[in-house]
Amino acid sequence: MSRGVLLAPLWIWLLLFVAAPVVVLVIMAFATPADGVPPFTLGLRFSAFAMLVEDSYYAEALLAALRLAAMTAGFCLLIAYPMALGMAGVRPRWRMPLLALLMLPFWTGFLLRIGAWIGLLRDEGLINRILRTLGVIEAPLALLYTEGAMLVGMVHAYLPFAVPPLFIALIRLDPALLEAAADLGARPARVFFSVTLPLTLPAAAAAFLLVFIPAAGEFVIPELLGPPEAQVIGRVLWQEFFQNRDWPLAAALALVLLALLILPMRWFQRLEAEP
Amino acid sequence: MKPGGFVRGAMWAGFLFLWLPILLLVGFAFSADRIPFQWGGFSLRWFGALAANEKLLAAAWLSLRIAAASACLAVVLGGGIGFVLARFGPFRGRAAFGALAGAPLVLPEVVMGLCLLLLFVALEGLLGWPAGRGAFTILLAHAGFAAAYVAVLVQARLAEADRSLEEAAMDLGATPFVAFRSVTLPLMAPALLAGWLLAFTLSLDDVVIASFVSGPAGTTLPIALFSMLRLGLTPEVNALAALVVAAAGAMLGLGLWLLRPKRRHDSAKAGGA
Repeated sequence: MSRGVLLAPLWIWLLLFVAAPVVVLVIMAFATPADGVPPFTLGLRFSAFAMLVEDSYYAEALLAALRLAAMTAGFCLLIAYPMALGMAGVRPRWRMPLLALLMLPFWTGFLLRIGAWIGLLRDEGLINRILRTLGVIEAPLALLYTEGAMLVGMVHAYLPFAVPPLFIALIRLDPALLEAAADLGARPARVFFSVTLPLTLPAAAAAFLLVFIPAAGEFVIPELLGPPEAQVIGRVLWQEFFQNRDWPLAAALALVLLALLILPMRWFQRLEAEP
Repeated sequence: MKPGGFVRGAMWAGFLFLWLPILLLVGFAFSADRIPFQWGGFSLRWFGALAANEKLLAAAWLSLRIAAASACLAVVLGGGIGFVLARFGPFRGRAAFGALAGAPLVLPEVVMGLCLLLLFVALEGLLGWPAGRGAFTILLAHAGFAAAYVAVLVQARLAEADRSLEEAAMDLGATPFVAFRSVTLPLMAPALLAGWLLAFTLSLDDVVIASFVSGPAGTTLPIALFSMLRLGLTPEVNALAALVVAAAGAMLGLGLWLLRPKRRHDSAKAGGA
C-alpha cells in the first residue's frame, strides 16, 4: 500500500512524459501536413514515409549522420584510450584531479566550446593568423564550415564521454595478470596487446557506442561548424520541422532514426549488463 | 602498471586538445580588440559590454531559474525512480518501468525535443494544459530528461549501500517511513546532490530540446547564444565563457574541498600499503 503511494505518481510521470510522447510521435508520422495552427491533419497516411523512400536526399542524410557518428566515435576512441591508460597508471591520489580535469570542460558549456572553435578556425581566426605570420600561407585557408571543422568540433564535444568507461575497465584490470605476463618475459607492448587490450575490448565498444548514439542525431555542431551541404539527419529533421513546418515528415524521420539506433542501443545495454 | 612515456605524452596531448580552445577563449576575453581571438591589449571592456547586453542577461536569468527549478523536480522524480529500482525488488511492470526510466538517456536530442513538443501540443488540444509554450514547458522537458540521469546515480548509490541498515532500523522498531528518512535518505544524499548539479548543468547547456518546446517567450541563454554563434563569434561570448569557466572552477574547487577528508584517508591507506 505504501509502495503504491510512491509508485503511482512515478508511473503517471513516466507514462505521460516518456511513453505518451513516443505514441504521439507515431501518430504524427501518419498524419498529413496542412496549413494552420498546429500544421497537420490527423489520419492514417503513409505519405511521409513514401517521401522518405522516394527522395534520396533523406537516405543520404541518414548515411551522412551515421558516417559522422562513426568517425566521431572512432576518433574519440583513439584519443580516449591512451588518455584512460595514462589516467589509470598515475598514483591513486592523482586520479580524482585528472577526472575533474576531464569533466570540467563538460561544465564550461557546450556552445561556448563550439564558439572557441569558431574563433580558432575562422578566415580571420587564430590558426590562419598564426600561419600567415609564419609565412606558411598567403591567403587564409577555409577551415571553418568544412567537414574537418565539423569533425574536430564533434570529437572535442564528445571526448569526455568516451574516457570514463575505459578508465573504469583499466583500473579494474587484475594487476596479477599483467605481472604474470611480464614475469613470463612479455615486454610492455606485448603485455598491452595480448592482455590489456583484449580484456578492455568490451569497454572500448561501450565507449564507442556512448559517443555514436548521441552523435548520430547531432544538430548543433554540423549547423555551426559544418558546411551547408553536410545535411545530417539532425539538421534535416530540424529544417523540416522549423522551416518547412512539415511535422509529419519530421516525425517520420525521428522514427527512422530511432529504428536505426535500436541495434546500437541494445548492444550498449548488453555491454552494460555484463560485469 | 607503469605507463610508458608514450602513454603519458598521449594523455597530456589529449588534455591539451580538450583544454587549449577553452583556455584561449577565456584568455582573449581580456583583450581590448573587437575581433575575437585577436590581442589588443588588456581590457575588461567586453565584460562591460556583456553586463550591458540586456537581452543576453534576461536569457541568462531565465535559464538559471529554469535550471534550478527543473533540477529540483528532477531530483524528486529521479530520486523516487532510483529508489524504486534499487529497493522495491520485483513488482508488476518493473521491466517497463525500468525501460521508461532509462529511455531519455538514449533518445537523440532532436527526437526527444520533437516528441515532447508534440506531446505539449496534443495536451493543449485535449486538456487546454499547458496553455502555450515557454519557460514552463522547458522546465518540464528538462526535468523529465534529467530525472533519468538522477535515477541512475541514485540506483547505483543504493545498490552499493548495504540494505541491512534499513532492515536493522526496522527490526529496532522504526516504521518504514522513519527508516527511509533516517537511513535511506542520508545514504541517497550524495547521489541526490550530484544529480541536482548534473541536472542543473544539463538544463543550462541544452539548446535543442529547449528550442523545440519553447515559444517566443522562452528564449533561454543557450537559445540566445546559438543564434549569436550562427552569425559568428563576438568578444562578448569570450567574456561569458570566462565567467562560466570561473564559476565551474569554483564549483569544482568546492567539490574537491568537500571530498578532501575522504581523500586524505584514501591516500593514507595507499601510503601504508
